[in-house]
Amino acid sequence: MQVSAFRIFFQTGAWLVIAFLVLPILVVLPISFTDTSYIGLPKEGLSLQHYANYFSDPDWLGATWTSVWVGLVVATCASALGTAFAIGCWFLSDRAAMVARWVLITPILVPPVVQSLGFYRFWVKLGLIDTHVGVILAHTLLALPYVSISVFAALTNLDRNLPRAARSLGASVMQTVWAVVVPAARPGIATGFIFAFIVSFDEIVGVLFITVRNVQTLPKMIWEGIQDNIDPTIAAVATLLIALTLLATAIGVLRRS
Amino acid sequence: MPRINEKVSYWMLVLPALTIMVCFYILPVLGIWEIAFTEPETGLGNFVKMAESNAVKTSFVITFRVAAITTVGCLILGYIVAYAISNFASRLTPLMVALVILPFWVSVLIRSFSWIVLLGRSGLVNDALIHAGMIERPLRLMHNELGVLIAMIHVMLPFAVLPMLTNMRGISGIYVQAARSLGASEWTSFRQVYFPQTLPGVLSGALLVFVLSLGFFVTPALLGGGRVLMISEYITYQIQEFLNWGLGSALSVALLVATALVLLISARFVNLRATLLERK
Repeated sequence: MQVSAFRIFFQTGAWLVIAFLVLPILVVLPISFTDTSYIGLPKEGLSLQHYANYFSDPDWLGATWTSVWVGLVVATCASALGTAFAIGCWFLSDRAAMVARWVLITPILVPPVVQSLGFYRFWVKLGLIDTHVGVILAHTLLALPYVSISVFAALTNLDRNLPRAARSLGASVMQTVWAVVVPAARPGIATGFIFAFIVSFDEIVGVLFITVRNVQTLPKMIWEGIQDNIDPTIAAVATLLIALTLLATAIGVLRRS
Repeated sequence: MPRINEKVSYWMLVLPALTIMVCFYILPVLGIWEIAFTEPETGLGNFVKMAESNAVKTSFVITFRVAAITTVGCLILGYIVAYAISNFASRLTPLMVALVILPFWVSVLIRSFSWIVLLGRSGLVNDALIHAGMIERPLRLMHNELGVLIAMIHVMLPFAVLPMLTNMRGISGIYVQAARSLGASEWTSFRQVYFPQTLPGVLSGALLVFVLSLGFFVTPALLGGGRVLMISEYITYQIQEFLNWGLGSALSVALLVATALVLLISARFVNLRATLLERK
């Protein structure tokens, strides 16, 4: 078949757009190896000083550790709550359950600054400002929509006769949920867990409002770094995070194929 | 009797998540409404002040303009990618999909930082242009609307591509083949047969990008450098600089209402359930 102008337009256009999506993210790579003390390309040669700075600075390392463990706690809580929620709604499948599902996804629609103001005022009343519990609670709420959406998506293919069969053979509701529905929802739970972790790990606006000095997360360190002085350590951190993302994506793709 | 019992146990699964969402999320957001009408004094004072302020008006205009341009940009660029992925099968197609999804997993903060590095006064783009002798003095590429738009389109693009991809995957090639065999040119069959079938995906993508852009904070704040004050940044400005909780909350209410209106109006054209509740 002859290659038409139409085809060439979409084919090259698509690659140009993908280049626009991917290449800008990669600029942090050369910057992170710069031998200068400011953001710029390497002058005389490559240097690992900014990586050394990251790995020897207790502030950066502490913030990273906080983000990781808070993210894991959030992912666990949100997965447990969100999975139970989606399974319950799947069984009910009535108007009330539909309303409940819409309520649970409101955090996707409300602008981050607006919800953060809400959190701030409420957390002040509860004494949760600048505490890890406060951050975990806020992030769990923000992660719940993603868990419930992905678990629900996994359940759409589940045959409703399977839990019915389990029930008629004498299993209790909870036994049915645990032995029949949860295994079917597992891929959705896994996706939801990863989503929830990322939501928490990347979240910045809420953290800016509800924490002061006691709780430092990685996004907050990056935010403050960009605001105050642009230090190439941020580029080193960004490169490490992008490398991790690439690695995780590659593993995901390989495992699927 | 057992039926009712069963329903109760399903609600027991639903309630924990629903309860904490209502108590710790819905109530705090509603609390913002209360502040807007009560601080510093009860009444509509904050809203009157808001309506009279030219700065607020400008900020709303900027917000809607940036959101609209971002949406159009994302739709055009996203459509091209989604079309190529769905219609030209090749060995590289999985790679294309992976490269579209990859930026999704990189934090918005880092993506914005990359654009600061590129577009800054002594950023890589300006440096390269000066070295090449194409310009003498650095161009202003950020701390203005241009910079905000470039970075916003970059950040929002995957949100436009994914619903369009889902939609295009479900379109059968038979109709375009029929049009072509009846003598329509490639372009005509695309315009009259293929494109109308993709409209649901396009509208879903448009809605997602527009709603998310309206309330976006991080990228406009970093790339705008205080010169492109979108509503979200204006709110934080009122609260952090002036401790003006009343006006800040009134603006939040206005932003919430604007978002809700966009959703309500778009519900006539877009399947909200498929776009928001059942997205992949």
